Order: sequence, then C-alpha cells, then structure tokens
Amino acid sequence: MTATTPSTPYLYYPGCSMDGSGRAYGDSLEIVSERLGLALEEIDDWNCCGAFEYAAVSQQRAYALVGRNLALAEQQRNGTSTVVAPCSACFLNLAKTDYSLRTDAGLAANVNAALDAGGLHYDPGSVQVRHLLEVIVHEVGLDAVREQVTAPLKGLRVAPYLGCLVTRPDYDRHWTLREHPEEFDRLLSALGADVVDFPLRTDCCGGHMTQISPDTGLELIRRLVDGADRLEADMLVTVCPMCQMNVDLYQAEMNHRFGTSHHMPILFFTQLMGLAFGAEPKAVGIGTEIVSARYALNQMKVRAFESPAEEAAAPPARRPSRRSAALPMPRMTQADGGATNGSAPDGGEVAS
Amino acid sequence: MTAAVTTEPAGTAPVPPTATTFLREVAEASATPTRLELCIQCGTCGGSCPSAADMEHTPRQLFAMVRAGMRDEVLRSNTPWMCVSCHLCAIRCPQEIRIPDVMAVLKSIADREGTTPGSAAPDFSRTFIGNIDRYGRSYEMGLVAKHYLRHYPLRLPGMAPAGISMLAKGRMSLGIRRIRQLDQLKAILERAGELETQA
Repeated sequence: MTATTPSTPYLYYPGCSMDGSGRAYGDSLEIVSERLGLALEEIDDWNCCGAFEYAAVSQQRAYALVGRNLALAEQQRNGTSTVVAPCSACFLNLAKTDYSLRTDAGLAANVNAALDAGGLHYDPGSVQVRHLLEVIVHEVGLDAVREQVTAPLKGLRVAPYLGCLVTRPDYDRHWTLREHPEEFDRLLSALGADVVDFPLRTDCCGGHMTQISPDTGLELIRRLVDGADRLEADMLVTVCPMCQMNVDLYQAEMNHRFGTSHHMPILFFTQLMGLAFGAEPKAVGIGTEIVSARYALNQMKVRAFESPAEEAAAPPARRPSRRSAALPMPRMTQADGGATNGSAPDGGEVAS
Repeated sequence: MTAAVTTEPAGTAPVPPTATTFLREVAEASATPTRLELCIQCGTCGGSCPSAADMEHTPRQLFAMVRAGMRDEVLRSNTPWMCVSCHLCAIRCPQEIRIPDVMAVLKSIADREGTTPGSAAPDFSRTFIGNIDRYGRSYEMGLVAKHYLRHYPLRLPGMAPAGISMLAKGRMSLGIRRIRQLDQLKAILERAGELETQA
C-alpha cells in the first residue's frame, strides 16, 4: 500500500524523551507519519520544555524557556503554523505558554523582553500548538487511518490511556470531553482492536512522583494497572512518554510494594498503528518495553508472533484466561503446546 | 460547550484591597494571574486530587491558609510539592482558578526562601533544571543517577534490572545532548531571571 500524498508539513517539537526513554514512540511515529502522509518538520535547535520542574523554581524563566521554542517555531513557519508535540507534558507547556501570552499582555511583554536578549521575538497566537493524537484524530482523520490498516488488531483487547494533559485543560477546546473523551477509543477501534471502556483513561500516572514520592507514584500506577487488569485488558495504550515510562519501568517496583503480580504491558498508540499498518514489530519498537508485550500481542488471532522459545516459554505469572465464561474453577496445571493462545498459564490458580 | 459562570474573563481578577499581605505576595509572585483570591472554599479541588491523601493540607485548606496569612505554615507544607499537575482540579474549579499554577508559585517562593519541606522534590526540580541550564535539554541518565544516589540508594538494587534493560534497549543514553545555541538560551534565561527579581 502506498503512502498518501504528503501534506503541508507540520512543525514538530519532539521533546527530550523521543530519542531516549520514549524511543519506541519516535521510531513508530516515523513509520506511521510516512504512511499517513503526515509530514513533520522538526523545529530547529529546540530546547527542553522544562517539564513541571522549571516553574517550581522560577516562573519568568519557565515561560521564557518555552517562549524560545515558540519563537523558533514562528521563525520556521512556512505555509503552516501548527506545532505538533507528541509528549503530553511538552504539549501542555507549549500550549499553556502560548495561551498565557495571548491572554496576558504583561507576561507577553516580559517574555519578549527576555527573548530579546537572545535576538528572538514571539507574537502570541502566531502558532497553534496541538498534540499528535489530536492531529491524527482530527486532521488526518479516522477514514485515512482505516485506509492504511492491512493487519487489523483483531482479538487484541486494549485499554485506552490518555493520561492527564492531552485533554486538560484543553485551552483551545479540541476535545468533546475533558475527563472521558472517546476520540482515542475510536482511533483504536479503527485499527481493529477490541477497546475496553476504561474509566481511568484520563487519570494520572503519577508524573514525576516516582522520583520524588514513591508512595504516591506507585499507588497511582497500581490503580491504572489494576483497573486495566480488572477489565481484562491485554495492554494499556498510551500517548505520552512519561505515562509509558511510569507504568512500564516502575511496574516491578509497584508489584513488589503491593505484593501483586500484575503483568500489564503499555505501548504507544503509534506502535499499534504501525502493527495495524503491517509494519514489522521490531521496526515499531516492540521489545523495547520492560513489561513484555509479546504475550499480549499473541492474543491477536491474525498476527501471531512466530519467534520461538522466548514467548512460548514464559507467559506472565498471573494472567487469567479471559475467554473462560465458566464459574471460577481450579485449572489444570499443564497447558498444551505453545501455551500462548488463551490456554490457562496460571496453573492451579482460581480464575478471578 | 457549556459556558462556565464567571464574573470576569480568566486572568483579569483584581486582588481585593482587603487581601492579606501573603495573598498579595503570592499574586505578585505569579507570572500571570491565578485568580486565587476568588476561591469559594468549595473543596472540589481536594476531592478531585489524586495525591490529596499524601498532602499535609488539601488544596482548599492551603488556599484558606494563604488568605489567612499563615505564611510559614504554607511555605513549609508539602502540599504544593505533591501536586502532580493533572489539572483535574483546574477544569472542575467553579471559579476557574489556575490551581496548578498556584502550586508552582508557592513552590518557587518556598524554594527561594529555603523553606521547602524535607523531601526529595525540591532537589529533583533543581537537578532537572540545572541540566536544562547547562545543556538546553534534559539529561535523563545524569538526572536519575544523581537523584537516586542521593535520595533513594535503597531503591537502586530493586530498580537495577529495569535500569539495565533501559540501557540495553537503547532507551537511556549515556551521552549528553546539547542544543547548538546554548549561549542564546542562557542569555534569555538570565534576562528572565532579572525580570523576576525586579518584579
């Protein structure tokens, strides 16, 4: 299948995670954006958005820091003025700064006074900041996405997880609802996945709490993973590198802390898009997650992973067979053959 | 879209003349108006907050304390540092107060005065922004190594397998990434810092 005609490029603000902890997001986005004809032109010499840390130390410096990115984006406008950010924290900081400068002339004057020291200037509102997911849903459109699907994710049960900052505060009102938006569900459905109605879809992953208050952070991760498990989801699907890192990297510590044995993979939505578009798992970064998604992806009826020993050998510890409609019963220990397709891996345990 | 009932457009509420000195101080330290003075003490913020259970004061309590002029108690409270910036309170607040921004302002005042609570939070912020000031980009490896050694040495053994995986899977770079025009960024930040102290 050929890629659609490239449109006017969007200005692209990758953020610091995209070639680091969120590398799978960056790699899969490259494949997906090409297939969708979504041209992304990186803002030259962008700097860190400051996350939530800069404003905790200095307000003016935090706004000026983001102001530099907006000014660089404004300079680079060429037929387009839309800035696309894939990371929710980057998106919030860029959108918030532009909104604050638009609505507060005093702040705009201060930020421009600071930018002037670097020979830059930003006219508030001269670029529009949008999150990658929102651009794919609203600009590219679900029909264009469906056209690219060659390997529908049939039988994959996913919990859509947006996190906080994509739909909140939503300064420019792109979303139907800010707490329970459905657009993401529709996108994942368009890929052929079985989408669970996940009530925690805009709950918090804990942000930087895993670094500064593990009690708080691990509890927030527990809620998400436990919630997805209760709904018998195969995996969480996220739109944010920070959410991915928290749920993925800290799941073992969370399990240890609470004496649980959850195994809930979390992938980026672009990775699933890539798979549905027929890309090779490795090319979209499958395997770079800490909590392996291989077993979950094997749930798919159409697209089985054929690599031998690794997946067949070790289904995760606590993985009740969701296809059993029977009352809770002790199960046989011995699962036959590959043990990957719905057979009970949790020998002897009572299904919940 | 349902129209929120507000008396004035966001950001233009004046601080009332009866405001306590501390409420004024907070308003003046904010880079942009937060509307804190319009709080009606409804408690929607604390009821919405995912980390309220770990806060010494709920956001509503903290705002009452700000208005009562309880400066020391507010600046020593862990509450602002426990804010995860999820913006649930912000979109539910009937007065459209920019609550996460209020928390950020309180953190910056506490940080300036050295009255931060004894937690790893302020130090994490400082290490994080230290890297930005030096390189223009975040430096995950340096941040994590420094922060965990200093604050969570006991978590390191448990985290080691996942950390090694991150390195092996190419998700954490040992190298530092710098922006090209670092001098320009430094000049901008320096000027912004001067504006802050003038305010």
